[in-house]
Amino acid sequence: MTLLENRSAEIPAPREITTKPRRSDQIFRAVVTIGGMTSLVILGLIALFLSLKGISVLRVEKFTFITESKWEVLQDAEGKVAESTFGLGAMLIGTFLSAFIAVIVGVPIAVLSALYLTFYARGPVKKLLISLIDLMAAFPSLLFGFWGFIVLMGSAEYWAKLLNKYLGFIPIFDVPAPIFERSPFIAGLVLAIMIIPIVTAISREIFDQTPLDRVQAAYALGASKLAMIRAVVIPYGRGGVVGGAMLGLGRAMGETVAVYTVLNVVYQVNWQVLFGAGGNVASLILLKFGEAGPEEVNALMAAGLVLFLLTLTVNAISDVLINKFGKKGR
Amino acid sequence: MTVTESSNNDNNMEKKMQTTTPSSLASVAGNREQRVPGTNLLGTGLETRGVHAWFGTKHVLSDVSLDFAAGTVTALIGPSGCGKSTYLRTLNRMHEFIPTAALAGEVLLDGQDIYAPGTDVTKIRLRVGMVFQKPNPFPSMTIGENVLSGLKLAQIKKSNTDELLESCLQRAGLWNEVKDRLGEHGGALSGGQQQRLCIARALAVEPQVLLMDEPCSALDPGSTFRIEQTISELAKSMTIVIVTHNMQQAARVADYTAFFLSDGGPGVMVETAPTSKIFSNPSDKRTEDYVTGRFG
Repeated sequence: MTLLENRSAEIPAPREITTKPRRSDQIFRAVVTIGGMTSLVILGLIALFLSLKGISVLRVEKFTFITESKWEVLQDAEGKVAESTFGLGAMLIGTFLSAFIAVIVGVPIAVLSALYLTFYARGPVKKLLISLIDLMAAFPSLLFGFWGFIVLMGSAEYWAKLLNKYLGFIPIFDVPAPIFERSPFIAGLVLAIMIIPIVTAISREIFDQTPLDRVQAAYALGASKLAMIRAVVIPYGRGGVVGGAMLGLGRAMGETVAVYTVLNVVYQVNWQVLFGAGGNVASLILLKFGEAGPEEVNALMAAGLVLFLLTLTVNAISDVLINKFGKKGR
Repeated sequence: MTVTESSNNDNNMEKKMQTTTPSSLASVAGNREQRVPGTNLLGTGLETRGVHAWFGTKHVLSDVSLDFAAGTVTALIGPSGCGKSTYLRTLNRMHEFIPTAALAGEVLLDGQDIYAPGTDVTKIRLRVGMVFQKPNPFPSMTIGENVLSGLKLAQIKKSNTDELLESCLQRAGLWNEVKDRLGEHGGALSGGQQQRLCIARALAVEPQVLLMDEPCSALDPGSTFRIEQTISELAKSMTIVIVTHNMQQAARVADYTAFFLSDGGPGVMVETAPTSKIFSNPSDKRTEDYVTGRFG
């Protein structure tokens, strides 16, 4: 107590602490602020454009634009639009289905390859693999689509038949007719390959940052490599992997050309992943855009807006998940 | 109130430690009761023969032969960069954790070379535990889980884990402080408590040798004092090798002291002797210069 006695009775209010920045600093600050804000402005303008175009359709269709599964434009004898109904439901279901298949198949492969690259691969093999996987990310999606259509389809069809034969009692693996080609399952496999690079890159970066002292602590306690990875690397990297998976999900939902090439785009609700019909929002836009009249173009813009908001939401959720799970390990 | 008191204690402790001048080190070391090696059932101890170490092409440690008798505490002292931490890490094969690391010579645990081909390195590390310079509890685990993490990591099945948990924390001198909050996360403890948690964690797998790499260098004097008490307790049941920059600490805790030195080339072990001899009557001039504070 005696130590604290000579404390002054009056506590002053905190002072305001300021600094006068130099001119060069101010200019640089303005330049980087403009640079930083550009992408935000562009994104905002795109959202605005889609909203302005799509609002007329959304006003008419209201909530049924998402819930209903009917996309029809009826013309009268003179070629004028007599009646039109726009409902995205079927395509939204297709979007989620193929994207989830992609994540379920792609993420485990990506996490395993990230673990291999971080903890097992050495020297030139490691370098080669890393640049190959990065190259995969830069590969045109049309080529993935072609490859999926021409090469993968044959074997994927066989796997689909196997799944149907042994797991057909589960509704999503059932088919109404024996058509296994061009199904959401195959589209999902192609998407899985497409999201592997991004998920691998993010996971690898996170695993690489695992604090060395924890790794050493585990080894010093007699841990094998597997036990060390389970006890230290996975808890540390979990949040990042979830974030990477969500980013992959967002990518898979927005993918257009590959899905369009592989999938038999039919406008119907199809929960049965092995059956060759379905589509996703992006492929619908691509399919209809060329021949659409002004009204339908607006409807497609509205569909674009829905897709935009959807991917934005997925990314926001991934952020929340990373913050929730990510902190625990650090 | 309590905070002020405890910091007063720490201050006193600090003063006490600072007033211990090098010339009085010998008397501190003399106060320790000399243990007779090999009197307990700890195996025959740890021994190295002609250990050299490299990082890449850099030769960092040259021809170190030392004998750590079972049940003794040995301090490794010397200026920074003399290879004493590298040497310590060769004793439980943590040296090879660094990709370019290489080694020559033999490290014998109960007479068997731990670098012999076909040796399971995880089994070696179970027998030769380690405590690091910076406390490194697993932050995703609770205090209790941290202590028992070694069992999980090495896939050891134990039935009476509650007893083991308590006894490890008791031996590490942490039980009274954490017994009511074993479910809290390890990161919530103070630095000194975290370090004792790491000691408890190392004890849970029942090693016969415990290596400590400057375990107190990141801690305040109060925590240092408690850890030294812990070391003295532990020495009754295991062999301890401790790297320290603090010569008073070597004098307080160690039965034997080995002095390492490097002239810019690979580090060598200059002299090893009972601690009181190192600090009162070293055989080598360089040792004398170091322990009397003439350099380093």
